[in-house]
Amino acid sequence: MSKLESVNEFVIRFANVNGTGSASANLMFAKSIFRMGIPVAPRNEFPSNIQGMPTWYEVRVSEKGYLGRRGGGADIVVAMNSQSIARDMQSLLPGGYFLYDSTKPLPPELIRSDVNLIGIPISEICLREYTDPRQRQLFKNVIYVGALSALLDIDFGVLKRMIKDQFKGKEKLIVPNIYALELGHQYASTHFSCPLPIRVQSSDKTAGKLMIDGNSATGLGAVYGGASVCGWYPITPSTSVVENFMKYAERLRIDPASGKKNFASVQAEDELAAIGVAIGGAWNGARSFTATSGPGISLMTEFLGLAYFAELPIVLINVQRAGPSTGMPTRTQQPDLLACAYASHGDTKQVMLFPADPKECFDLTAASFDLAERIQTPIILMSDLELGMNDHLSEPMEWDDLRSYDRGKVLDAEQLDQMEKFGRYLDRDGDGICYRTYPGTHPEKGAFFTRGTSRDHYAIYTELGDIYVDNVDRLNRKFETAATLLPKAVIEQCKPKKASKLGLLYFGTTTSAAQEARDQLAEQGIDVDLCRVRAFPFGQEVRDFIDSHDSVYVAEQNRDGQMRTLLINELDAPGQKLVSVLHYDGLPITARCISERIEQDQGDSAKPNLKVAN
Amino acid sequence: MSFLKSKFRHPKLPRNDLGLTQQAYEGPLSTLCAGCGHDAIGASIIQACHELSIPPHRIAKLSGIGCSSKAPTYFLDKAHGFNSVHGRMPSIVTGANMANRDLVYIGMSGDGDTSAIGMGQFAHVVRRRLNMLYLVANNGVYGLTKGQTSATADEGSLSKQGQANPLEGIDLVTMAIQLGATFVARSFSGDKRELLPLIKAGLSHNGFAFIDIVSPCVTFNNHAGSTKSYDYVRDHVTTGAVTDFVPVEEEIIVSSSDSEAQDICLHDGSILRLQKTGNEYDPQDRQQALAAIEQSRQQDRILTGLLYVDPAAQDLHEVLGTTDKPLNSLGERALCPGSDVLEVINDSFR
Repeated sequence: MSKLESVNEFVIRFANVNGTGSASANLMFAKSIFRMGIPVAPRNEFPSNIQGMPTWYEVRVSEKGYLGRRGGGADIVVAMNSQSIARDMQSLLPGGYFLYDSTKPLPPELIRSDVNLIGIPISEICLREYTDPRQRQLFKNVIYVGALSALLDIDFGVLKRMIKDQFKGKEKLIVPNIYALELGHQYASTHFSCPLPIRVQSSDKTAGKLMIDGNSATGLGAVYGGASVCGWYPITPSTSVVENFMKYAERLRIDPASGKKNFASVQAEDELAAIGVAIGGAWNGARSFTATSGPGISLMTEFLGLAYFAELPIVLINVQRAGPSTGMPTRTQQPDLLACAYASHGDTKQVMLFPADPKECFDLTAASFDLAERIQTPIILMSDLELGMNDHLSEPMEWDDLRSYDRGKVLDAEQLDQMEKFGRYLDRDGDGICYRTYPGTHPEKGAFFTRGTSRDHYAIYTELGDIYVDNVDRLNRKFETAATLLPKAVIEQCKPKKASKLGLLYFGTTTSAAQEARDQLAEQGIDVDLCRVRAFPFGQEVRDFIDSHDSVYVAEQNRDGQMRTLLINELDAPGQKLVSVLHYDGLPITARCISERIEQDQGDSAKPNLKVAN
Repeated sequence: MSFLKSKFRHPKLPRNDLGLTQQAYEGPLSTLCAGCGHDAIGASIIQACHELSIPPHRIAKLSGIGCSSKAPTYFLDKAHGFNSVHGRMPSIVTGANMANRDLVYIGMSGDGDTSAIGMGQFAHVVRRRLNMLYLVANNGVYGLTKGQTSATADEGSLSKQGQANPLEGIDLVTMAIQLGATFVARSFSGDKRELLPLIKAGLSHNGFAFIDIVSPCVTFNNHAGSTKSYDYVRDHVTTGAVTDFVPVEEEIIVSSSDSEAQDICLHDGSILRLQKTGNEYDPQDRQQALAAIEQSRQQDRILTGLLYVDPAAQDLHEVLGTTDKPLNSLGERALCPGSDVLEVINDSFR
């Protein structure tokens, strides 16, 4: 029988029952590989359920650093869920390894002849070793990790240190956990030839890096960015943004003299109120934010219109998931671009940022507060479930202690004294951004009425058409200013001086897949330049990228090609030049999805020409 | 009808402790209908803030949408105002209050804005015990959209077209008490003698103060058969305990006639003095308050005055444990933990 062989390049898939404590064991497995210096990308596929449903955890190990979802079958399957075992067997590649609990024999009809079976009587071992039913369940997970350490040659010392770190403060759990690891390790090494032809080997590719989920980094970005008012309502997959904000703020935002909190986080009754809290805080001069996902965006849409028109600097974190409606609440997509870009009735346009990894979640969240206050408009950070809830290999987060917050154009009492007359909506600088005041600043000057209805330069209510037009045209001017202030797209050309014929444009969590696809295509002789969009409205560089390529593939994780629509709508980009590559089944996009599509289009006949061009 | 407000005021207008006359608390000329109860409420707010010597720019006035929500334009011109979204003022004032606990917050709403589209937000701002004064100018009708019945209209009350309202009216004071408001009153825009001390007491109360003010709509709901008309309300008001408000600075002299009064000391040291009228109950007893309101309702009476107060309750800042300094005044030093801490955090992810 064939046996897959590989060092540091494989996919292992854990099939578990949710609510059985498997997540922490699986994370321990992934993190031990990370600590061995090997790039690794774990992904949790979980149901909208508390206990008893199938859940999968897929880990891609890649010395080459390809950390997008690989797609296709897995090299190793750890089948710990009898409900899904038939499907799990099918998810294995020929020559792959199927680790299962052999306490009961496998149903013969499931057995494939082209895979390698590794039966370990895990339940039996637990039954023998433990009396407490909860322990019998929990230690099953640790035992298979122990077995994998022998099978895949994972450094056992690293695993032991993981256990010690994990149970810091609960020391009496350390010994039994290490014992369980040893049980698995011992069984595997005595019953199988270890390591398998597929295995890991220490490397140096993760030095200095982190394994962190995007939502932790986003929550920290809000702490470092100076957010002090937060309104929120729980919704998967955004909840952990606020949980992390609060967790760190409870530690790092305590006034040393009084022990009181330098932040206020209000759990609201719904998303309407959550964004209302942020708007009220922002109106009153505190950096304010909320976090939500698809259905919450829908509910917040009226308020987004108010914040746009009343020019209030809120930050909205949208951790996207598959829609519409409640869609697939625990599955990833990038489906809210249009809903956010034009959120609300009337002529509205909103600013969006697209982080691609946890470090960027941190950086762009912190930057959002500066941008919101500089531009006086909502900033929507477009994360997604894949980025937000999975651990990713990431550069460390950095902060420059000399950095000060950009509070934007805000007048204090002294500045008001020096003015003849304050006009909230006077465009004195010609950039569409006017000067604002916080409530309570000056006894005589600077007070005005904030409203969602039209007003003149001095914030006086009016329904005069020309004044309305003047105001909404200024808001458009402000949007153009925004395009010059936002993070630029990241462009990677195959040849430094000359654009290739083909371009690939993408954003957010399509990044790893796009980079891997570029390399796969290069092997086929197809050069593709990359453009990673980081903000909306688009900067000039995005227009230039489209202009300088014959054909631009737009890869995104939604059905309708929403980014492509925005490019056509906002840049007047020629539609025939923009080719959609779409992926929207709720799992993260793969490199193959992109490269196969482009290869197919370029066809065999095109290849020789491209080769000649090389 | 005049379109400009005269700037002339009597030169000897009384000045408050800040040296300000009432003029400093006024706003531009109202565009509400002549005789609208809401303007009378505005006048009481102006007088209350003046008499309490609150610096006008230290007040924030917020509202939703509707006639009532337009009203804040016409008082306290030196205060920042926010005319927000229909039914959503409570969340905005929550965020505003979190950002700066040092301002005085007045939320002005109506019966549509509060009891219909904004019911959810109203219920939760009450629960949250936000430190604010929340006023409902309650006329039982939608004015700006021209006369539709609202959710506080009493069952059987006739619309201008003569149709009887078939549905139960929502009683906001009962709801507010049940949801945990710590200061609940009802009044009538036509009775300034009662309304003024209630507004002052509500402004001085620490926590959520709610006043439901029956404020007749002269255009759409002031006809015979309406239970929110001037005539009907005048005929059906049962004044509960008559309230005097004694600010913290004034010396309290207990005269012999005051032996019939009950004093309630508010958080800031000011006194609410309730004159006994014979049919009162202890307004610090929630159960008695609810029973008295229901009893009046059954007798087709509108019980007004201070209905319930808990002067010792904590407000949201105290519940959350936020710092005494306004959050909007904190700079990088207080907000940003710095790079050394970040390095430690980075390590926890390795």
